Amino acid sequence: MAAKSKQRWAALAGGVTVLALALTGCSGGNSNSGGDAKTITWLVDNAENTVAAAEKVAEEFTAANPGIKVEVETRPQGGDGDNIVKTRLSTGDMADVFNYNTGSLLQQINPEENLQPITNETYLSNVTDSFKPVVTSGSEVYGVPFSTGMAGAVLYNKKVYEKLGLSVPKTWDEFMDNSRKIKDAGIAPIIQSYQTTWTSQLFVLGDFANVVTADPSFPADYTANKAKYATNAAAVKGFEHLEEAGKAGLFNEDFASTTYQQAQDMLVNGEGAQYPILSFALNNIKVTYPDKLNDLGLFPLPGDDASKNKLTVWMPGGTYIPKSSKNMEEAKKLQAFIASKAGCDAQTAAVGAAGPYLVKDCELPSDVPDAVKDMLPYFEDQAKNSPALEFLSPVKGPALEQITVEVGSGIRSAKDGAALYDEDVKKQAKQLNLPGWN
Amino acid sequence: MTLNTAPTPTAVRPVPQAAHPKRRKGKSPYPYWFYLPAAVIYTALFLVPTVVSFFFSLTRWNLSEFTFIGLDNFVQLFQEPALIKGLTNTFIYGLVTSVLKVVLGMLLAVLLTSQIIARGYLRSVMFFPVLLSSIGVGIVFTALMDPRNGMINEGLAAIGIQGPAWLTDPAWALISVALVDVWKGVGLATVIYIAGIVSIPQEYFEAAKMDGASSFKSFFNITLPLARPATATVIILSLIGGLRSFDLIWAMTKGGPGFTSDVIASVIYKQYQAGFYGLSTAGNVVLFVIVTAIILPLSMFLNRKEVEQ
Repeated sequence: MAAKSKQRWAALAGGVTVLALALTGCSGGNSNSGGDAKTITWLVDNAENTVAAAEKVAEEFTAANPGIKVEVETRPQGGDGDNIVKTRLSTGDMADVFNYNTGSLLQQINPEENLQPITNETYLSNVTDSFKPVVTSGSEVYGVPFSTGMAGAVLYNKKVYEKLGLSVPKTWDEFMDNSRKIKDAGIAPIIQSYQTTWTSQLFVLGDFANVVTADPSFPADYTANKAKYATNAAAVKGFEHLEEAGKAGLFNEDFASTTYQQAQDMLVNGEGAQYPILSFALNNIKVTYPDKLNDLGLFPLPGDDASKNKLTVWMPGGTYIPKSSKNMEEAKKLQAFIASKAGCDAQTAAVGAAGPYLVKDCELPSDVPDAVKDMLPYFEDQAKNSPALEFLSPVKGPALEQITVEVGSGIRSAKDGAALYDEDVKKQAKQLNLPGWN
Repeated sequence: MTLNTAPTPTAVRPVPQAAHPKRRKGKSPYPYWFYLPAAVIYTALFLVPTVVSFFFSLTRWNLSEFTFIGLDNFVQLFQEPALIKGLTNTFIYGLVTSVLKVVLGMLLAVLLTSQIIARGYLRSVMFFPVLLSSIGVGIVFTALMDPRNGMINEGLAAIGIQGPAWLTDPAWALISVALVDVWKGVGLATVIYIAGIVSIPQEYFEAAKMDGASSFKSFFNITLPLARPATATVIILSLIGGLRSFDLIWAMTKGGPGFTSDVIASVIYKQYQAGFYGLSTAGNVVLFVIVTAIILPLSMFLNRKEVEQ
């Protein structure tokens, strides 16, 4: 009896293991029905503007390519959205086409492994050369630009500036002088919105054009583990400026609980005067305050030298095709459409343009917002702008936004914050197996 | 359990009963194959991932390929500045929530087992928050706890108290979330206590009354000691819940401002979010060890006391 029982247990254990392994490794079945009208899926983030632009593009695309329907799916923005993209890619469950960041964040989704290279596609010639490096990994190009280039800069309320007789600051000291005058007038000089944590990073990220002006070899040294934020005199300035402005009490009173949306409300309504932010906020303001959009202007985050006033620019996100797509031909057609004048026009029709397109022949409408007009001279002259660090180096730590919240709130000093960020990026560099970090 | 040994089959078919004398020794009347479905699910969803995660915690992993790096992840993890803060916060959070749940749950249970009006209704109201989604509760309380426009601080202002910046003041953030957790979870503790108190034979209370014991005396000398199994359950459940807590914290503060309300689980989640899969798996192994190291002895201690009685 005992022996028989043992045998039974062994058989049972074997059966369990086999079935369990089968269950663990199982994957969802893919139904792929043939037919005349094909439907492809397109995953975009759920920002109101992105969805509106994507749906308009999808509509125009179907009009130009009858027989291919595009179904726009949405995902959250920020880190939670990154998770979804990474998970869906690694389980082979990604939509036929999807939007994702360019630059250092693209490296994190392992393009060689997961994405369809499009280096030899003819439509790639429509894409401006300055964009290609940020969607390249190894020797292959993977994406086309969706939406427009933008800047990490200070949006300011021109009415407040006029009322107080201020002029646009070209140096950090002028910026602080202006801010003190605005504070004396009873208006919040600098808006910070730490409830939406990513917005806290602009003092550091948007200052990068000044860093690279002072130390042109910083990006290369940084990637090679030779330059550090805490010890590089130019790089640490962003953290120091943030600390200085916070300590001087120049932020809006409830900066800790203000959201990105509330910050825009304050800026537009003149309760706050200056908001360091990515210029794509203009897209949103265009929807919520169309008649007050032109009360806003834009200037770069100022550095030390007025003659070297430069703008830090961000490349738009990209549209990619995962290798797992079952509708490769149709997906490529959609990519080609996005990288064409018709694609830009559809986006402009839906949401307007918050900066220059990176597709050849695309034109900006004559009624672009004033803040975008302020930005264009910097974009047109290569010497007057620099791409943000994330487009020049794959090294970007995940905790910068928490660190800048702490520095801005006075929980941590600038020096400490910069040193902590240097620790944080190590993990990313090691994960990417960059030379010089292990 | 008692149904298994019900005498009915014996009455109907006495012969097979005699043919299986071994059953007395505790042998199950069911074939082993009955275990199969549960065993498969348990193995696939628990055992395999657990074993595999111990392996991946020793690698640098991007979901498609991995490099074996020994204990580097654990070294990295313990150098993580947020982790020490997260560990301390986790213990504070676990302690605050379980103590409050025990105390409040017991008091509410005493109240709801006494003869009061609308007892059934009040019991349901008490339990209601347990049924809500943590994320929903988190979002609602984030709005209520807004330092300037939130209903809580407006209410306090009306009676002349300047409320703190609940979720954005580093000194308050963690406690605020813990209080919301107690609000949401105390219903379950109350229900467990109600069951515990109701099962105490009424004779004890009657006898105590005859001897002239005050209601305080009968609470401390009868209810409290005889509801010990319920206390043990509540402590263990809320401590495990507190140590693993994540959803409410993530919905309300995301570990912020900065790192001030980070707990172990949110530190681990951030590593996962950043794509450091090996590192976050190592974090989960650490969490597993910590929870086991606390709960196992505690559970043995509480249960032993029960037996000695």
